[in-house]
Amino acid sequence: MTGLPIEPQRRPDGAAFVIAALLAALGALLVVEGISLPDRGGYSGVGPGKVPLAVGLCLLGLAGWTVLAGLRGETEVPPRQAARPVLWVLGGLVAQLALLHTGGFTLASGALFGCVAHGFGARRLPVALGVGLVLAGAVYAVFDGLLRLTLPAGPVERLIFGG
Amino acid sequence: MGTFDLLLQGLAAALDPMLLLYALIGVTLGTAVGVLPGIGPALTVALLLPVTYGLDPAGSLIMFAGIYYGGMYGGSTTSILLNTPGESASVITALEGNRMARAGRGGPALATAAIGSFVAGLIATLGLAFLAPWVVKFALVFGPRDYFALMVLAFITVSSAFGDSTLRGLTSLFVGLALACVGIDQLTGQARLHFGVPQLLDGIEVTTLAVAMFAVGEALFVAGRGNGAPDEVIAVRGSVWMTRADWARSWRPWLRGSFIGFPIGALPAGGAEIGTFLSYAAEKRLARHPEEFGQGAIEGVAGPEAANNASAAGTLVPLLTLGLPSTATAAIMLAGFQQFGLQPGPLLFATNPQLVWSLIASLLVANAMLLVLNLPLVGLWVRLLTIPRPWLYAGILLFATLGTIGANPSPVELAMLLAFGVMGYGMRLYGYPIAPVVVGLILGPMAEQQLRRALSIAQGDVTTLVSSPVSAGLLAVAALALVVPMILRSRGRGRVLAQVASDAD
Repeated sequence: MTGLPIEPQRRPDGAAFVIAALLAALGALLVVEGISLPDRGGYSGVGPGKVPLAVGLCLLGLAGWTVLAGLRGETEVPPRQAARPVLWVLGGLVAQLALLHTGGFTLASGALFGCVAHGFGARRLPVALGVGLVLAGAVYAVFDGLLRLTLPAGPVERLIFGG
Repeated sequence: MGTFDLLLQGLAAALDPMLLLYALIGVTLGTAVGVLPGIGPALTVALLLPVTYGLDPAGSLIMFAGIYYGGMYGGSTTSILLNTPGESASVITALEGNRMARAGRGGPALATAAIGSFVAGLIATLGLAFLAPWVVKFALVFGPRDYFALMVLAFITVSSAFGDSTLRGLTSLFVGLALACVGIDQLTGQARLHFGVPQLLDGIEVTTLAVAMFAVGEALFVAGRGNGAPDEVIAVRGSVWMTRADWARSWRPWLRGSFIGFPIGALPAGGAEIGTFLSYAAEKRLARHPEEFGQGAIEGVAGPEAANNASAAGTLVPLLTLGLPSTATAAIMLAGFQQFGLQPGPLLFATNPQLVWSLIASLLVANAMLLVLNLPLVGLWVRLLTIPRPWLYAGILLFATLGTIGANPSPVELAMLLAFGVMGYGMRLYGYPIAPVVVGLILGPMAEQQLRRALSIAQGDVTTLVSSPVSAGLLAVAALALVVPMILRSRGRGRVLAQVASDAD
């Protein structure tokens, strides 16, 4: 086992209240939006705001139900999670997001590949990054060249494919 | 013109060399991706959707059909050799198939699964071809209120009729419906919930959501389990061919499985897994050696695998004839249709019959190709199973983000992928089903449109929703599908329902 295990939930009910709060926040957002939209219902009497309003109210109701279920201890207890691999995967996705427009597809996706592989237990990060760069470059060549999918180009792509 | 003529015409069109090539690429990619552990048919279809962007509608949909069937085949290989079913519908296959593989009979297990899938695919695709015109005829008299009632029924069956908790199923559904409200309202052009971000005006892409939930969420979940012992792949020893006894024990389960699976898929009532459970139970009761069940009974692979594939083809009935997706996979396929401006439903059969019938015919072609591709090449697919986990998941995420970037190269889209991935991770941790979110997102706007149309026709009179026999009947069934499982669960009978939980597809 690598990574620091997250403390398992001692009181699973705590999670139920967090979930309920998130649901209630989403529900409230939809209710507010539903009320504030101009009510142009036309013949139907149901304007663009009515459905978000209804969905929002249902979410508020489900939030209440979740609280009740939490009080009765009916919440699922999640399996033990290892934090380090999860953070590496998330870090890879964030790195790709940050690099996509400055670095181009190959660099960004190579970084993603390297981080995820490392998170999943590939020991040497530089090797993983190298494999990722080669693979991402090949993917770029196939998809941008053969399948006419437009992928963001960066310095690497311009160097190899003449952008 | 009769169904048979239309099907023959479609077959003639599907045998065009270019379309055959597309179908071949589709089944190959579908099998290759479907074989990878942790990837079910829903994710296979979502991941490979971008591959089809550059093609014309006919070629793309045909490649797509091949991907769908190929993904189903690939899933069974994984569950037999790895005992980690990529999809809930393969759980049963894993039960007996993995036992057979451990006992050195992996070859016959793979063969009976492949041939059973072929038989089921053949029967079910023919069933689709002959049933679809009838449903279309029936559906042409449907008004908006009837469609609305049908969609409400689909919402209930997908979210809360099965699975272990009504609350969690409904919560997932309403999260999907909330996401569906984002973007421009289709009837008035009013922008909703866009928070000033122009990319949100088009709404949330179904494929982005599906890829995020299934690929990113799953990768995070698997990562969170830590890097324990790697999964054990069981080598296929000996011949892949079945003995005479294997054939004798397999052919009846294939047929029974097909006839159990197809109607279940064709009803707008959720996933393929129910059919596999029923088929397994039936085979166990009818088998001459029931004591072999649990130890690797070939009937327990043949029947459920046939039911699985028949039901997968069955879901195409409501999808093509009514535009109603009843599984996450079907929801993604609907998104695939919509990218070409095609709306499946009774009108598609009237306006674009060539396309529909060449699609159905190419399902037959794809099915035959898969049989040829799977039996001799099974060693190659097994090789894919031995890809080490780091490279496998890194590759899955690379291709998952590739699809999103290729469809819409904006950081907003990638950020959504990340956010929904984290949401999918959280939902997996706390046992919320994924499929209802995806179905809610794609069906939500359609249901809203039908609801508002129905009310417009009735000048805002709400009773119109229950005043046609069809809509009243469908809503009554929906109410039953919501209430009866709740009563069963509260009486402690929920275990059976929990077993047939719609998880991955």
